[in-house]
Amino acid sequence: MAHLDSPVARRLQSVKNIIIVLSGKGGVGKSSVSTQLALNLYASSPTAKVGILDVDLTGPSIPRMLGLDGHGVHQSSDGWVPVYADGSDARLACMSVGFLLKKKGDSVVWRGPKKNGMIRQFLSDVRWGDLDYLVIDTPPGTSDEHLSLLEHMAPVHSRLSAVIVTTPQAVALMDAMKCLSFTRAVNLPVLGLIENMSGYVCPCCGEVSNVFSTGGGAEMARKEGLRFLGSLPVDTELVTLLDAAQVETEEEGPEKDGRGIVQRYGSTSSATLFKGILEKILEER
Amino acid sequence: MIAVQPPAEAPNPLSIPANAPEHCPGTESELAGKSDACNGCANQEICASNTPKGPDPSLPFITERMNSVKRKILVLSGKGGVGKSTFTAQLGWAFAADDRTQVGIMDVDICGPSIPTILGIANEQVHASSSGWSPVFVQDNFAVMSVGFMLPTSRDAVMWRGPKKNGLISQFLKDVDWGDLDYLVVDTPPGTSDEHLSIVQYLKESGIDGAVVITTPQEVAIQDVRREIDFCRKVGIRVLGLVENMSGFVCPGCKTESQIFKPSTGGAKQLAQDMGIELLGAVPLDPRIGKSADYGVSFLDEYPDSPATTAYLDIIDRIKEILGD
Repeated sequence: MAHLDSPVARRLQSVKNIIIVLSGKGGVGKSSVSTQLALNLYASSPTAKVGILDVDLTGPSIPRMLGLDGHGVHQSSDGWVPVYADGSDARLACMSVGFLLKKKGDSVVWRGPKKNGMIRQFLSDVRWGDLDYLVIDTPPGTSDEHLSLLEHMAPVHSRLSAVIVTTPQAVALMDAMKCLSFTRAVNLPVLGLIENMSGYVCPCCGEVSNVFSTGGGAEMARKEGLRFLGSLPVDTELVTLLDAAQVETEEEGPEKDGRGIVQRYGSTSSATLFKGILEKILEER
Repeated sequence: MIAVQPPAEAPNPLSIPANAPEHCPGTESELAGKSDACNGCANQEICASNTPKGPDPSLPFITERMNSVKRKILVLSGKGGVGKSTFTAQLGWAFAADDRTQVGIMDVDICGPSIPTILGIANEQVHASSSGWSPVFVQDNFAVMSVGFMLPTSRDAVMWRGPKKNGLISQFLKDVDWGDLDYLVVDTPPGTSDEHLSIVQYLKESGIDGAVVITTPQEVAIQDVRREIDFCRKVGIRVLGLVENMSGFVCPGCKTESQIFKPSTGGAKQLAQDMGIELLGAVPLDPRIGKSADYGVSFLDEYPDSPATTAYLDIIDRIKEILGD
């Protein structure tokens, strides 16, 4: 292939697996699934090195979820140094446009070509080092960011795979379907489908309500011959953890750099459920 | 080799001169005058000279078409899945409840059009006539346009880069036979990118009456919405107000209200205060809203007893009040 020696290919040479988290629809939990996936991969072995790249340029959520809001990126002679979510262990690296903004309320108002340039830079200029897994969180849709990602990563295509996230209601499934058509068009292997937000347990009486209906994900996976990786109920504990990660670490004092999230995540009920999902993902690989 | 789009952006169909070669990248493209296809093209010099391009030639047509539209309202949110399309639909239905009001909804979410499903017209198609594309009608006084009507099947993905999306948005404004409208509600995709810039640019001359910004209570969403409001300020759109969606959930079993998405940083109320905008109201999460959207029926008409219906209607009344209607 023509650009086997592109800067992106050279940089990603030391990355063993790249998992792209996709969904046609917004707000179904791509970022939270990406975060959970990264945290679980991180916990899967004491030496696993995991990177998480947020290419949602106009709405980066990963920094907040990992409790890294307000961190900055440093430039080194060998490229940008990612922000490490686990402090000095440096096994969980994270990169997002959120780290490059001066103020948290600043908007990134960019058209396609500029986004394309930023993604290229993220892929070629970040000093990931050796990684076992690179999880890529994407914005909703099937447009500039997605096409750019695949285009730049064409030389490492054999190491790419995708996970599709959906919620159970028909409106979201329709977009997930479009997303699946996209992966087929670009020949991207899909590891499976995750159904998020299926059911909410009332904290008062324990009754399960299907806030966004139920079962749609499994049904779609069956029809499309995809592997159904599992469903995740709405877990308020997790929502709170990911939403306020930083606030809480500050209160806890000695813990810093979001070190707390790695451990605190392990004790949520979603972590247990996600372990099952991760096993299936690793089998599939 | 994988089948991704070539590195050149998809050309904007509107920006290709008639005498251009087959693979013209479009005069708006970064590669204009520089790509391989440009060699030997009569316009190569003009394109390569990089002189500032004139205003979009379709602008006067858009302005003319929009002359007959009284109010243009955008529904925005930085975050996806917070209920933009659902709110747009309710707004449409509520406006259209009065037979004398002509309402239009334009869905500019090109990659994930949800409006046709939510309005229950997913299988309709757009027809072309001498006066332009005729929109799909939900009721006599309620017209809708979406890219969803133009796809062969609902599973087809629209894999377009920015310029092509912009071309379609300009066509939606210019070529759709909207007729006389009292309200045109524009549903947008999440983010602050091509679609948003384009719609603002195209409607600059005709004037946008304001934007309704939707959020959910948790900080992850609020963060993105803060950016969206910043965007509105940058491009000079008036924010009519903020709507907090999915705020609180009433368990159908024990009727206790709980917060699924906890407002860890004060939710929409705090955001509205910080940004100096009005909080129009908060809509609680009701599983029947999602169900109505899936079946394409009007939630307001189906479940008039729900607290969410009351919240929606109060917000819509307030919007009308702000607009002075």
